[in-house]
Amino acid sequence: MQAPLARLKRPSALYRMLGDRVFVVVVTLLALGIVALSLGLGYYLYLGGAQAIERFGFWGFLTGTTWDPALKEEFGAWPYLVGTLLTSFCALFLSLFPAIAAAIYAAEYAPKWLVGIINYLVDLMAAVPSVVYGIWGIFVLAPFLRENLFLPAYLWTAEHAPGILPYLGNPSGYGFFTAVVILASMIIPYTTALARDAISLVPQAQREAAYALGATRWEVMRLAMLPYARGGILAGVILALGRALGETMAVAMVIGNTNIMLKLLGIPLLYPLFGPATTMPSVIALEFKEAVTDIHLSSLIALGFYLFLVAFVVNLLASYLINVFKVGGQRA
Amino acid sequence: MRSLQARYNRDRVMVALLLLGTALAALPLLLLLGYALIEGFTSLNWDFFTKTQKPPGELGGGMAQAIVGTIILNGVGLLLAIPFGLAAGILLSEYPEHPLNPPLRVLSDTLNGMPAILKGLLAYVLIVKPMGGFSGLSGAVALAFIMLPILAKSTESVLRLVPWTIREAGLGLGLPRWRVILSLVFPAARAGVVTGMLLALSRAAGEAAPLLFTAFGNVYMQLNLLQPMDSLPVRLYTYAVSPYDDWHRQAWAAGLVLLALIVLTSLLARWATRGRQ
Amino acid sequence: MIRPEVKTTSGNVHEELPLRMETRGLSVFYGKKAGVREVSLPIYNNRVTALIGPSGCGKTTFLRALNRMHDLTPIARVTGEALLDGQNIYERGVDPVEIRRRVGMVFQKPNPFPTLSVYDNVVSGLKLVGIRHKGLLDEAVERSLTQAALWDEVKDRLRAPSMSLSGGQQQRLCIARALAVQPEVLLMDEPTSALDPISTQSIEDLMSELKKHVTIVIVTHNMQQAARVSDFTGYFLTGELVEFGPTNQIFTNPKDPRTEAYITGRFG
Ligand SMILES: Nc1ncnc2c1ncn2[C@@H]1O[C@H](COP(=O)(O)OP(=O)(O)O)[C@@H](O)[C@H]1O
Ligand SMILES: [Mg+2]
Repeated sequence: MQAPLARLKRPSALYRMLGDRVFVVVVTLLALGIVALSLGLGYYLYLGGAQAIERFGFWGFLTGTTWDPALKEEFGAWPYLVGTLLTSFCALFLSLFPAIAAAIYAAEYAPKWLVGIINYLVDLMAAVPSVVYGIWGIFVLAPFLRENLFLPAYLWTAEHAPGILPYLGNPSGYGFFTAVVILASMIIPYTTALARDAISLVPQAQREAAYALGATRWEVMRLAMLPYARGGILAGVILALGRALGETMAVAMVIGNTNIMLKLLGIPLLYPLFGPATTMPSVIALEFKEAVTDIHLSSLIALGFYLFLVAFVVNLLASYLINVFKVGGQRA
Repeated sequence: MRSLQARYNRDRVMVALLLLGTALAALPLLLLLGYALIEGFTSLNWDFFTKTQKPPGELGGGMAQAIVGTIILNGVGLLLAIPFGLAAGILLSEYPEHPLNPPLRVLSDTLNGMPAILKGLLAYVLIVKPMGGFSGLSGAVALAFIMLPILAKSTESVLRLVPWTIREAGLGLGLPRWRVILSLVFPAARAGVVTGMLLALSRAAGEAAPLLFTAFGNVYMQLNLLQPMDSLPVRLYTYAVSPYDDWHRQAWAAGLVLLALIVLTSLLARWATRGRQ
Repeated sequence: MIRPEVKTTSGNVHEELPLRMETRGLSVFYGKKAGVREVSLPIYNNRVTALIGPSGCGKTTFLRALNRMHDLTPIARVTGEALLDGQNIYERGVDPVEIRRRVGMVFQKPNPFPTLSVYDNVVSGLKLVGIRHKGLLDEAVERSLTQAALWDEVKDRLRAPSMSLSGGQQQRLCIARALAVQPEVLLMDEPTSALDPISTQSIEDLMSELKKHVTIVIVTHNMQQAARVSDFTGYFLTGELVEFGPTNQIFTNPKDPRTEAYITGRFG
């Protein structure tokens, strides 16, 4: 009896093993596609930009302040790098208070029915396409800011402190500050979503520990909840920074796109507050179609490569900081 | 010492600040939705869906070619992304011991955090340059690059929601692992997997930046994937920065259609996962 | 101190002892369901009162009613009275924050603030009321850590993160944190159930010293522990107080057959 049973089982075991092997190999190969894509992104951007990077040098291209596709055919990333960093960090700064306030409110204070609405709005906000923010920026926000902020401020300054007018720049409405406001509104949901989740995940025991000491509601938040959730809040902030760095269309549509910088101590370091500025993604988006020479195209792709590096560093920094600030598990 | 009254006052001030911050956070979205609804509805008409562009300066016309283009680009992009994204999700969720698991997780997250425009540049370097011209195909590939990590992540998380007892039951019956995954785990997570696809679609459908130098855009109806192809976000952008009022009107209409698409997909996603947390 | 005004359920009168707290007909409902029903129980000043009973009988529920922790549970509702120094803490106008400062609490699982150092954990309650003076804080840290029998072990690493302590040390840190604000009553909910025997021993040992400074109510499912550390014991069963009395009487000569069954069942 036993022999035929064993014979019956053998092919099924073979079938099982073969099936599992084949399946794992297929899944692995397909998953390798994502791995290859992530690694290939940096590699091919470097290849595409190699001509420009070789001609101007790795640091030379990064710190070059001239971007002249027409006459000199000389390219440098500096104005775009500075523009990207300045707009992103200013937007991050501007977004912090509303984003974190909304997260705390949604996680701890809001009545149940309102929590659902806030969460839906946050999801929606992250899903609204960049070009839709852009069209709203062009036709609503920029004119509004021009009439109610830039022009009054400009006129006041012209009368009282004409010396700093260059730092304000052309108050047309399309420029640095408008881009920062748009960017800030766009990145709020990223911070809010992660911070809210982190705060909701604080163990009840932490909350009760603070309440039992005789803490008020806000004191519980400050003493127990926020410190415990700081890793998640930080993760949200850095994710938002990453989004800001790579945000393209909305910024390109309102920033005015000029690479003329202001000098600080002889070094071009700033853009005028209201006046036009530019960023790495927006110049790639705007000039790519018009680029005719190889070196111009290569320089644009090289800009992409540097943007990749910046985004990569931000990603690494994020995982490092999140680890540092993570609250360790309870020891037994 | 601080009096209890002072502490309660601070408590009240903080609540007021939190409310203020929440209102500030919601304000841009509410304003944007309001304007998009008003401007969009007054601009939308039947022509928008059925006609293509009229010569600049002439009134009328629509975005039929952009709507069709968006559907084709995203549809092809999703088809390209699905096998890779689902496989990565399976590997991440079902094979924790696989040596590729940790690097895949890190790289997939990194890829998700990379600016969309870079994915367009990659498609340009890989496809447009060798083929010598802009094409719908390269645009679909760029969109697939955007969808991939989103699909991988959402697939992983919905597969993880399937209770382990289901896998154990299958393995206990003597089913091989791959049959357990395909016949037991996947069907149990089907609604969630579909939701992940909708999510990926709604993220990609609004992207203009990676299409600018891949699918490029087209004012004519184009169904050939090897030719430049139009899309709603690119058309919206082109019209919004143009000098013509009638084009601005159509850009608002395109914005409203895109928003409606996104709200629709999110509602569909909620409906697909109804009854779960 | 307080006039002894004793009307306990057991009729067991210790008129020579002053009361610190007392409940009268105290019930707690979770929605429609009662967690504890009509409990009247005295809590004598500078004594250890132990609450025992099978799991789910309402010990935690009763304890949390003594410093208004139920305010944080939306579905929970408290009726009856809980008097602290003669005043009903559920009366209108009584501030729960103030009550919780006067009636401290130690939880089942150690819950120090993980991002704060040992020192900062201890002074966290004092900082809430605005005490910033370094000398005062230092003094409070040494006093409360000494009372919690932790001072000798941590005096050289007050700045170390609280999570670097062992579980037993963390629980004593939580006791010190509660003691730092000099509460009148300390509520302890199975404070040793998550700890190893040696840590349990050290916490039991500090109780007899501690009760000179603070009135203690301790929930325990371990009857030996109740017998060792407490002066009075209340036995709970399905949300009701079955019997209350001096610990040695409860353990040697229980009046209620249910108490006897519980005690002999475990000891037998
Ligand atoms: N937050 C709550 N919501 C609903 N019911 C609860 C809650 N906490 C406790 N209960 C119920 O109240 C009863 C008493 O619980 P508890 O006081 O925790 O008992 P013990 O501490 O004696 O084990 C139990 O039946 C429990 O299920
Ligand atoms: Mg309990």
